Amino acid sequence: MKNNYNFESKFKLANLISFFLVIGSLLLIIFKGLNFGIDFKGGTLIELRIDSKNVRISDVRSAFSNMNLGDVNVKEFGKEGDYLIKFEKKTFNKNESIKTIKDNVINKLGSEVNFRRVESVGPKVSQELLNSGMLAISLALGAMLFYIWVRFEWQFSLGSILAIFHDVLITMGLFSLLSLEINLSIVAAVLTIVGYSMNDTVVIYDRIRENLRKFSSLKIGEISNTSINETLSRTIITSVTTLLALFSIFILGGEILRGFALAMIIGVLVGTYSSIFVASPILKYLNVSFKTIEKENEEA
Amino acid sequence: MLNFSKTKIIFIYLLFFFVSIFAILNFIETNSSFLKKKINLGLDLQGGSYLLLEVDSSSLEKKAIQSKVLPLKKKLREDSIKFDNFIISEKSIKFNLKEEDIKKFETVFNEKKGNNFNIFLDQYNAFELEYKILNSQVDVFLSRHGVINIRSAAVNQSIEIVRRRIDEIGTREPSILKRGSNRILVELPGVKDPERIKELLGKTAELNFRLVTNDQNEFGNEKFILQVTQEEISVSKRIILSGENLIDAQPRYDNFNNQPIVAFSLDRLGSQRFGQVTTKNIGKRIAIILDGEAISAPVIQDSITGGNGTISGNFTFQTATDLALLLRSGALPTPLIVAEERTVGPDLGKDSIKSGVISLIVGFLLVILFMILKYRYFGIVANIALVSNLLMLIGVLTLMEATLTLPGIAGIILTVGMAVDANVLIFERIKEELKEEANNIQAFDLGFKKSIVTILDANITTLIASIILFIFGTGPIKGFAVTLSVGLITTLFSAYFISRHLVSIIVFKNKEKKILI
Repeated sequence: MKNNYNFESKFKLANLISFFLVIGSLLLIIFKGLNFGIDFKGGTLIELRIDSKNVRISDVRSAFSNMNLGDVNVKEFGKEGDYLIKFEKKTFNKNESIKTIKDNVINKLGSEVNFRRVESVGPKVSQELLNSGMLAISLALGAMLFYIWVRFEWQFSLGSILAIFHDVLITMGLFSLLSLEINLSIVAAVLTIVGYSMNDTVVIYDRIRENLRKFSSLKIGEISNTSINETLSRTIITSVTTLLALFSIFILGGEILRGFALAMIIGVLVGTYSSIFVASPILKYLNVSFKTIEKENEEA
Repeated sequence: MLNFSKTKIIFIYLLFFFVSIFAILNFIETNSSFLKKKINLGLDLQGGSYLLLEVDSSSLEKKAIQSKVLPLKKKLREDSIKFDNFIISEKSIKFNLKEEDIKKFETVFNEKKGNNFNIFLDQYNAFELEYKILNSQVDVFLSRHGVINIRSAAVNQSIEIVRRRIDEIGTREPSILKRGSNRILVELPGVKDPERIKELLGKTAELNFRLVTNDQNEFGNEKFILQVTQEEISVSKRIILSGENLIDAQPRYDNFNNQPIVAFSLDRLGSQRFGQVTTKNIGKRIAIILDGEAISAPVIQDSITGGNGTISGNFTFQTATDLALLLRSGALPTPLIVAEERTVGPDLGKDSIKSGVISLIVGFLLVILFMILKYRYFGIVANIALVSNLLMLIGVLTLMEATLTLPGIAGIILTVGMAVDANVLIFERIKEELKEEANNIQAFDLGFKKSIVTILDANITTLIASIILFIFGTGPIKGFAVTLSVGLITTLFSAYFISRHLVSIIVFKNKEKKILI
């Protein structure tokens, strides 16, 4: 069985869709904003488990009110009786501490309250975490681009970077649309998406380069099309096995990993799409031909 | 390409067994120290507390500037440099000089030897102080290295005191590290409630003894409210004795009223001074000041020459125990601020391990099943490579004694999903070559050769991302980066050597037959 789909004819339509998705994502990120978690915004997070069946979410909410904690956000978290409480308060002075909050809550909700997790991030640290996260992502992008530029030609570099921006922006756009929380593990997910998308793109680019040498008379559009078809089953199989692993984390891995897994799932889907419909057409628009890589050989 | 020499094969499998044996050793108790290596569980998996403490050295910088005032004035007088309009502010000392004295001041200021107000810091090759002159007004302030010197001294001293205090509380395997220029990272495995530790670390525990006076004069005296009786007392600013002279402190019960007290003993110098002062001032009161608050002010009944004394106050036995602990471990140079705190309870950690392992097993089985359905015999090859990959990954993590975090488990699962990619690339390539090449061995050989370039390119790009994540990531993220990076390397190994060897066995057995992938 040999795949022979005409991807080339769909490039224009796909690029139009991508364009609107990216613009839409950008607008969402700019105007709706991203829902930063306490890692990047500072604040306090408490995960509670309440064994008593009589306690409702409204009781938890009222237990945390009247403590001057700023904006308090209470939500159910996974299993019944598990709650996640977040508030803006970042720094505590002598007379009010996490201990007083705990005492207050136990007073109101009874002693069957189990504080499973308490995290508190001060304003300085959260700013630093945000900066180092951004730095890590930019450096990773830079380093990978450099690698692609060394291994291929600048046109390939540009194509892969645009594909990556496409993936990251659309993933972030979806996070903004669904108001999902951005925390440290999402940064890890984004970097892995970057790696995955790059991985996928490189496999197709590798084949395009090989075919350019093999069929020097063919046009880049046709060569892209052949190359995509030749690598298609690999592209799909790898996406499927990665997605199998990710869905396993998403469904069974617990509440804490869910956001990470979701970001990765979106990223893998978008990344697979983009290596076919974004990274490859760019080579066509940049008029990459046999000559482009020949020059490379001469220089070398 | 397909052919391996015998020695190569032996070497590859020896390496594989050596590494993967450590994966299994994780679950077995041994006494040998070499085999005792284990993967550490991160705080998010075993439960515990992570505290990032910040040393605020601004008050020390202020003190440092103020301590320069007297030696500077003395030095200027000695060298008969005339000055006026002497102003001391938070960060600098300002005064006016005559035009003709400026040269002289500059040489005095930058003397390397015997300079007792502007000390030359050998380790930085720079002076502690710097000056600016504007319209004959001199402005003396701490140099950049002077500030660094104060800051690092404060952080190092704080680490020492923090370590002593935490050791006294007796937690299991605490880790106390310097982070950046002014932070201390404290990791306390198994600690469920860090409040008591935070409380103990939040106090500087600066203790001193001073005489109570009847003198209402503001100059040289300070007013305090006694904690026990709410009585207002006036206390001399002169310190008789400070916490530095203490060598031991223990909680006790008072013999008379059974109240908890803190008994202390002083070093030789402290005993002498305490003896002198108490002998001279029998009948007067002595105030005990801790962190700027007067705990008590007992009347001196008799001279205390043995170097032993007690502090009474409004203590419970717990607070007396804490105070004794703080006094034993010494005073912090400056208060510590909790900049970041993360505490995970032990039951959440257990739940995380459980769900992490379950999702790993399920993800693993799904991938294995998929590969068999898709590739049949070669699927088994891919799966053997996958299992050996996983064994080596865990083995390497054990050898590194890496810390496994929840995102780290996610990294392993992701590796499982992405690891088969290398095998898929190889199989798909061989499939293509088989269409064009009649000779099986030739086709497999070409397929391997061509796919390995792609595999390298693809994995190196991801490796770059994960190494950068390792360098810049903190805490749990670092754990993710470690497993992902190691996973990529073991993936390359298992694809390049193990799958290749297994495939070569199949091919050489079926040289003439048609092979279907």
